[in-house]
Amino acid sequence: MNEGRKDILQVIFIVVGLIFLIKLFFIQVLDNKYAELADGNVILRQVEYPFRGLIYDRNQKLIVFNSPEFDLEVVIKDVKNFDSAKFCSVFEISREELRARFKAMKARKEYSPFKPTIFMNQLSNVDFAKVQDHLESFPGFYVQARTTRSYATPALANALGYVSEISKTNLDRDLTKIYKQGDYVGQSGIEYFYEEQLRGKRGVRFKLRNVKGIEKGAFKNGLYDTLSVPGQNLTTGIDIDLQQYGEMLMKGKSGSIVAIEPATGEILSLVSGPSYDPNLLTGRNYSSNFKQISIDSMKPLFNRPLMAQYRPGSIFKIAQAMTALQEKVITPETRIRCDRNIINCHGAHSNEDLRGAIANSCNPYFHNVLRRMLNKGVVNDPFGDTRIGLEEWDKHIMSFGFGRKLGIDLPNEKEGLVPTPAYYDRAYRSQAWKFSNIYSLAIGEGENLVVPIQMANFAAIIANRGFYYTPHLVKAIGADNKPLPQYQERHYTLIDSSYFIVAVDAMQKVVEEGTGQYRAKLADIIVCGKTGTVQNAPPLFDHSVFIAFAPRDNPKIAISVYVEDAGQGARAAASIASLMIEKYLLGATKRPHIESYVLAGKFE
Amino acid sequence: MRKDVDISGKLDWASVLLYVVLVTFGWINIFAAVYDETANQTIWDLSLNSGRQLIFIAASFVIILAIIILDMRFYETFAYLFYGIILFVLVLVPILGKEVGGNKSWIGIGSFGVQPSEFAKFVTALAIAKFMGSVGFKMENNRNQFILLGLIAIPMALILLQKDFGTAIVFTAFIFVFFREGMSPFIMIVGVSAATIAILTLIVENQWYLHGAIAAVLVALIFFGKRKLKRIMVLCSGAVILMITIESFDYIVNNVLPIRHKKRLEALVDPDFDPMGINWNVTQSKIAIGSGGFAGKGFLKGTQTKFDFVPEQSTDFIFCTIGEEHGWLGSLIVIMLFMALLLRVIFIAERQKSKFSRAYGYAVASIFFFHFAINIGMTIGLFPVIGIPLPFFSYGGSSLWSFTILLFILLKLDAHRGQVLQRI
Repeated sequence: MNEGRKDILQVIFIVVGLIFLIKLFFIQVLDNKYAELADGNVILRQVEYPFRGLIYDRNQKLIVFNSPEFDLEVVIKDVKNFDSAKFCSVFEISREELRARFKAMKARKEYSPFKPTIFMNQLSNVDFAKVQDHLESFPGFYVQARTTRSYATPALANALGYVSEISKTNLDRDLTKIYKQGDYVGQSGIEYFYEEQLRGKRGVRFKLRNVKGIEKGAFKNGLYDTLSVPGQNLTTGIDIDLQQYGEMLMKGKSGSIVAIEPATGEILSLVSGPSYDPNLLTGRNYSSNFKQISIDSMKPLFNRPLMAQYRPGSIFKIAQAMTALQEKVITPETRIRCDRNIINCHGAHSNEDLRGAIANSCNPYFHNVLRRMLNKGVVNDPFGDTRIGLEEWDKHIMSFGFGRKLGIDLPNEKEGLVPTPAYYDRAYRSQAWKFSNIYSLAIGEGENLVVPIQMANFAAIIANRGFYYTPHLVKAIGADNKPLPQYQERHYTLIDSSYFIVAVDAMQKVVEEGTGQYRAKLADIIVCGKTGTVQNAPPLFDHSVFIAFAPRDNPKIAISVYVEDAGQGARAAASIASLMIEKYLLGATKRPHIESYVLAGKFE
Repeated sequence: MRKDVDISGKLDWASVLLYVVLVTFGWINIFAAVYDETANQTIWDLSLNSGRQLIFIAASFVIILAIIILDMRFYETFAYLFYGIILFVLVLVPILGKEVGGNKSWIGIGSFGVQPSEFAKFVTALAIAKFMGSVGFKMENNRNQFILLGLIAIPMALILLQKDFGTAIVFTAFIFVFFREGMSPFIMIVGVSAATIAILTLIVENQWYLHGAIAAVLVALIFFGKRKLKRIMVLCSGAVILMITIESFDYIVNNVLPIRHKKRLEALVDPDFDPMGINWNVTQSKIAIGSGGFAGKGFLKGTQTKFDFVPEQSTDFIFCTIGEEHGWLGSLIVIMLFMALLLRVIFIAERQKSKFSRAYGYAVASIFFFHFAINIGMTIGLFPVIGIPLPFFSYGGSSLWSFTILLFILLKLDAHRGQVLQRI
């Protein structure tokens, strides 16, 4: 009985065997997915992170370098007898933080208990030394080395910028596919602008590894491996000593100092006050420090030399003078009566020539000069005539680098503003405007705006008698030893260089004979300068502004100084500018009383 | 030497040959699974699983010799005694045992440990075979069915107490023996339906759909078939059993089963469920096997098993090494070898004259088949991960000896089949 049942059982056995063979055929022969996954399992694509390029100052002093840091990784499966109390005390974290870290780690998409996962990142050298001895009491925890940025001095933060992990959005935007998640990338300043030169090239080594990520030799004997190429070193034109001195002078003040070497356009110092210590934005505390710095009401991340826009004030009269000479509406000898009924003025003078008018900053003089430029009587209609005059005027003014981005090698530069006819059309919602509406331009108090770097560049133009190189921080990239091509090109203004002697003479006169400018005067060096006092809405004090270059012949340094809410330009700004010139040309100041005056910060 | 010891002429040499081939292939394969290129170790190295497996194999030959020397009547005569002893040992295990890999199924003898539950398989096989071979045994008898169920259920329950779910579930394989010996197919059909329904319970969120579907099928069967009272009664009781299965399975899964088993069941119906966690084993096992391709990566050239991506690669997941290093062809050969052995065992069972020997032969086939099907099925993701060894391939003394004893008792009985009076 039941003989037939043996066949049923045999059929069941054979069917199961066949099902296995068919399923195996599918996953082994037909589906390539598993072979790829297997490669992904065992082939470790070990990235060799390149050294990021170093940054030097003009005297080959190292400013930015790389220092080692360590990530603590964990393979959960290997964790045994975990003593959480000891862990917390060794790594100096609270129990809540420990729990939160485990939770955050396990929530990550790529998390696996079999693979190393970052548990704590960016331990510093000091932290690592501290925990190294204890590491073996925590099986399953490993340390992975990489490098981070370090800064030799606390200076130059805004110009250098900072480096941090690439954001998700930037990673998605990166069409070159150079970056991977977890990569560090320059986020502002030089680090951002020269990212391409600094980052170098990653090397890749393909290795075999086991499930714990432990290497088991090279894949195909290193056939596909490439070496990493370190980033290029950058030499800046910055004089780091001068920079630090400038930052010290600006301590407790808002404003900026921009110093340029006129002959090359190299920036000697770029002070933004207040600033922060760039070392705060490296390592483990990056996030918390960044948050704190970014909510600081003094806005230390606001790079004033490039981003703060001010009205140009009296300094603009020099540009007016140059333009007027070029347009031949006056000569250097032209005298104009100081008629204070038209516009108010200051100081005792009555009928100056051009040099005198600049030196005394005579408002009625330049009111008259601007009228001559804007209303040449080309057409009879005063509106049309002003329009034609303004167009001509704009061309000349803009050739000084005003009203547009100069193109410095830093991000976030602002344009300033040189009003055009189109601008006034929009402002007045018609073409019905004429000289009497816009005459404030004459004394630099109209609609126009400048940024400090444009003013320093303006000083350099006068120092050069009519040309400039675009101001730039980096004077040499890598082995090339040259700056970017756009910084090797000389730009001329539309003003004949012979007219500049007038400006030079006048600026020398400002420092030597002007009323309050004695603070800018140096014993051994002829300093040429011009004060500016940018009107501020009361009750705030005006902004104190000074531009200068020195020495008069063959100038080595051109400078603009802005000190916000500090009153007259002849006080705070002129003092700081002259101290900077002294420091740069002589190495130290011979006038400690001026230095104390600046450091005390009471300019009223 | 007694006359019936010299049975070399009557021994089923085909089975012996299959056994030797499987054990040898298994041994070489264990070496491949633990091979470390950098370590400069040979297959004989006693610090490796392969070296130790060779000792187990040598011990197996001693065991085989002992089985052959012993009187053929020994096994039937003392079947119940063995059964009693093994139950006693199984009771002791949770008290004396040591815990290995979550199971408390090992007892130590010196530095070696053995798993009594492995030996419970052939002992239980002998016991049910003896019971079914007893005079006047009728499968249809409810009392007999109840006793058989008890014979299986008691060791199963004791093994479950050791938390060794895998070995316990092997005992359900005896249902094939009962089926061969005349158990109503109705039980098989309900069993298979219950298993299907159980899986559906996992997939279908709301079990009221399942109840509704069963009711609908029931109504249709009653309506369209012969409307005899007996048939309707049978159908209704079948439907009720299925409905109870759904509810109790749901209860077991959510309240009784250890979480890891519950997750493995869930993992089975949803292969993308947690690939880095609970499904890690199966994911990595499939990657290892799947990456072998048609002809494999070559002996000792597998990367997935060697670099520990597949867990337990020399025991429960040993088939991964075959699939990875020898590809589909190697898998084909291994599966064919098992098929040949299974069919040969059934062939041997069928030619027995005693009901005891035949039932025992089917028990051997059932247990081998069950291990083969569950183990390979698990490595390729067709069954949940249940930790039971692949006969002759998985590393381990207890399981190798247990399978050896199972097979060679049958061969011993088979060699003497001519001496047995037909008792049917």
